[in-house]
Amino acid sequence: MITKSAYEMSAAMAAGETSSVALTQAHLDRISAVDQHVHAFLHVDTEGALAQAKAVDDARARGEKVGPLAGVPLALKDVMVQQGIPTTCGSKILEGWRPPYDATVVTKLKNAGVVILGKTNMDEFAMGSSTENSAYGPTHNPWDLTRIPGGSGGGSSASLAAFEAPLAIGTDTGGSIRQPAAVTGTVGVKPTYGGVSRYGLIAFSSSLDQAGPCARTVLDTALLHEVIAGHDGKDATSINAPVPQVVKAARDGNVKGMKIGFVKELNGDGYQPGVRSRFEESLELLAKAGAEIVEVSCPNFEYALAAYYLIAPSECSSNLARFDAMRYGIRVGDSDGASAESVMNLTRQVGFGREVKRRIILGTYALSSGYYDAYYGSAQKVRTLIMQDFTKAFTSADVLVSPTCPTTAFKIGEKANDPLAMYLNDIATIPVNMAGIGGMSLPCGLAPEDNLPVGFQIMAPAMQDQRMYTVGAALEAALLDQWGAPLLSRIPALAGTQ
Amino acid sequence: MSLTYEDVIAKYEPVLGLEVHVELNTNSKMFCGCSTVFGGEPNTQTCPVCLGMPGALPVVNEKAIESSILIGLALNCSITPFSRFSRKNYFYPDMPKNFQISQYDEPICVNGYLDVEIDTDDGVKKFRVEIERVHMEEDTGKSLHVGGATGRIHGADYSLLDYNRAGIPLVEIVTKIVPGTGRYAPEVAKAYVAQLRDILRSLGVSDVRMEQGSLRCDANVSLRLIGAEKLGTRSETKNVNSLRSVERAVRGEMIRHAELLNKGERVVQETRHFQEDTGLTRSGRSKEQAEDYRYFPEPDLVPVAPDAAWIEKLRASLPEHPSVRRNRLQEQWGVPDKEMAAMLNADALEIVEATVLLGADPTRARGWWLGEISRIANEKNVAIADLAISPKDVAEIVALVATGDLTDKLARQVVEGVINAEGSPQEVINSRGLKVVSDETALMAAIERAIAAQPETAEKIRNGHIPAAGALIGAVMKETKGQADAARVRELLLGHLGQPTN
Repeated sequence: MITKSAYEMSAAMAAGETSSVALTQAHLDRISAVDQHVHAFLHVDTEGALAQAKAVDDARARGEKVGPLAGVPLALKDVMVQQGIPTTCGSKILEGWRPPYDATVVTKLKNAGVVILGKTNMDEFAMGSSTENSAYGPTHNPWDLTRIPGGSGGGSSASLAAFEAPLAIGTDTGGSIRQPAAVTGTVGVKPTYGGVSRYGLIAFSSSLDQAGPCARTVLDTALLHEVIAGHDGKDATSINAPVPQVVKAARDGNVKGMKIGFVKELNGDGYQPGVRSRFEESLELLAKAGAEIVEVSCPNFEYALAAYYLIAPSECSSNLARFDAMRYGIRVGDSDGASAESVMNLTRQVGFGREVKRRIILGTYALSSGYYDAYYGSAQKVRTLIMQDFTKAFTSADVLVSPTCPTTAFKIGEKANDPLAMYLNDIATIPVNMAGIGGMSLPCGLAPEDNLPVGFQIMAPAMQDQRMYTVGAALEAALLDQWGAPLLSRIPALAGTQ
Repeated sequence: MSLTYEDVIAKYEPVLGLEVHVELNTNSKMFCGCSTVFGGEPNTQTCPVCLGMPGALPVVNEKAIESSILIGLALNCSITPFSRFSRKNYFYPDMPKNFQISQYDEPICVNGYLDVEIDTDDGVKKFRVEIERVHMEEDTGKSLHVGGATGRIHGADYSLLDYNRAGIPLVEIVTKIVPGTGRYAPEVAKAYVAQLRDILRSLGVSDVRMEQGSLRCDANVSLRLIGAEKLGTRSETKNVNSLRSVERAVRGEMIRHAELLNKGERVVQETRHFQEDTGLTRSGRSKEQAEDYRYFPEPDLVPVAPDAAWIEKLRASLPEHPSVRRNRLQEQWGVPDKEMAAMLNADALEIVEATVLLGADPTRARGWWLGEISRIANEKNVAIADLAISPKDVAEIVALVATGDLTDKLARQVVEGVINAEGSPQEVINSRGLKVVSDETALMAAIERAIAAQPETAEKIRNGHIPAAGALIGAVMKETKGQADAARVRELLLGHLGQPTN
């Protein structure tokens, strides 16, 4: 049962073939068996999950109408606060903190009867592309345990690939949902900025952060998308408009007559040959399904990475200022006579990891008086140019596509000491965040040279998220026809049962 | 040897700049739903948002925007069609997020003015104070530094933090520099704050209680030689908690600056703290090296873009301007200019009006508040509004005097009793037994006793020496513990001794 889709699990529960408690227990057992190798979870809430599961089973037994994902287990990225459940954001500085409130996404999950299994590993404060920056040790890619599962949401995607959960929540600031999805052979969607509430999402870069759904199929992702999306009065940047009909789009999957634009600049040099070949084959499949493939140019994407590494650190330098040992988290050096200032300093020195400190320093510098215009100001202008590139490209295409990442999963430790090489992994995902539009990654095969998953990225205009699901569902169906079984059926057995 | 004020103004021209922080009286905080009620148990009016918990987000209080627009309109400002919040970044334990959400380069209201009048020996003088901006921000929490000599964080044994105030909506009203006030600078500063306070009160947007900190003034003062173009270095005096202090602080700083300049020393650009007891300021934080707050637009909030129709609706709802109201009341009550000025100076207009609205005669009401009650307030060194006597109490006392149930003398005792928290006027009258002795039989008996005790005096009166009556009247009043109507006693006494009674 654990290898089924969330949709199938839900149907089985509705048919009385299984219960949420049984399903939840099966996933908890799987976690016990394999997570020592994968390390997708930072905290497993066995008791809470089973209680939630039982509540759904009871409701069903009473004949109450329950939502489409009621009783299905889910893995929650540790960047989301959940009342009473340890939430660290992958950082030592929050060790031991139990939030006093639920994120809006968590409230919506609970209301929908989704069973939250626990909190997943991530790069500290979502800063990274490999989950190696977690203060609690790296997560391993279930396809090859010596490789990274992507980041920052490596724990969420790895939990899906390892069949520890059929659904997961990720957050995406520069690709933290899509890149892990790509390198683990799973599906991940970064909705339009403002499509899903950020209330309770521990901020890295407020103007870029966006929570989104992760799963193993396009339809499951859509089902989860509809559960968590929608306007929230607690988030001023939340869009007050109806949620795009993503489930309908994922069921339809009809691309006849759609124009699909591949972005010239997001291919070619620097992209692994096997990534390019799988991407190009997918384009052919979409053409066969009736879509028109066009080439578009987005010349300013070239500056996206540089601008991103000014905006995101600038915002993070301010967002992370609150971790000062005064109200929550660890406190270091609080001995008799120590000043508040020295406690703050020591706590931040010990509590933050290298990458976080690097970005805080970068951002503090970029916002400093005298440098603001040259750095933060210019980066914001680049952002406008990128938006204009997208606007122009969307006049000739309904969606844009590219490989999600230039390479397949690299080895743990391979880029850990080379931040620039690490940053380059997000080159194709960052423009979407800069423009606030939607982006999806779904698996499009294994690269022949290393037998590792390749991600196919679909980008849609703001609040047109359904278009990604239409195209994603069409490609998924065509690929499934070709493969005969889901890509994840080819994943090597983990040390544990499969 | 210290300079006199006359020495200062003979040589220097003061330039003012006033920054007033106003706590809005919205029910909830600027960016969350927490209560704003003053004086709650520490940290009981907090939530994840105003505690800056990870993940929490601000949402702008619409009522605060409305109040800010009203303030801008009342101060003749333009309301900007598009304004933004920024983050002001600095670390301090009482600031939960370690940044303050504040408007920076795009405030909600700009370019207004307020005309203030001051009463001088040369008649009423009018000054225009130009307003640079009105902007919104959130308040910080409060720190209580325990131990140490200074009450400041340095040297304290430990500090307590109360976040109830964190996130209370603040509006900051900043003037442009105010030159040309000359010797009247202290009075202009005071009159500006007083009038601003009246406007804010009339708008109903703030409690404007300076002593509770819901209206706080920072007074910037600099001096330049008369005739000079270039501005001098300014100091910024904080902690000015009353109207009187505004005036004292400006005057004090002018003298301090002049003493430094005369000695050839320079004025340090810094914040200074006003000390109520000495009327002097002490050095605070140096501003010689500008702190870098790394302002940037608050990404968690969308720009404030009030639509024109809303602004016009608010403009139409503006209450009567306090200066208009002042003139109207002066006319209605028939108050002479000098006394009107005294009433304004004593900050008694509101309270007198409230008393009149409860039915008291305006002249009587004014008499009580500016007379006996002001005298007691001065003795206690507090404002009349802070005494435990209300307009309702005074209206009641005025009515009792009018009906003859109290004499003026008794009424003064009632006032004193009410102020001493002995209860309502009626309760004070009952508990102190302050009834006018109107039983004439009893009065006559007392008169007889007085005559019997001082037969020689009585004889003088019988012989037509009327002034001697005072001694006997005094004796009667003494016997009745002052509760008799002295005029009636006089009538009865003179009649009894066969003298004309008028």
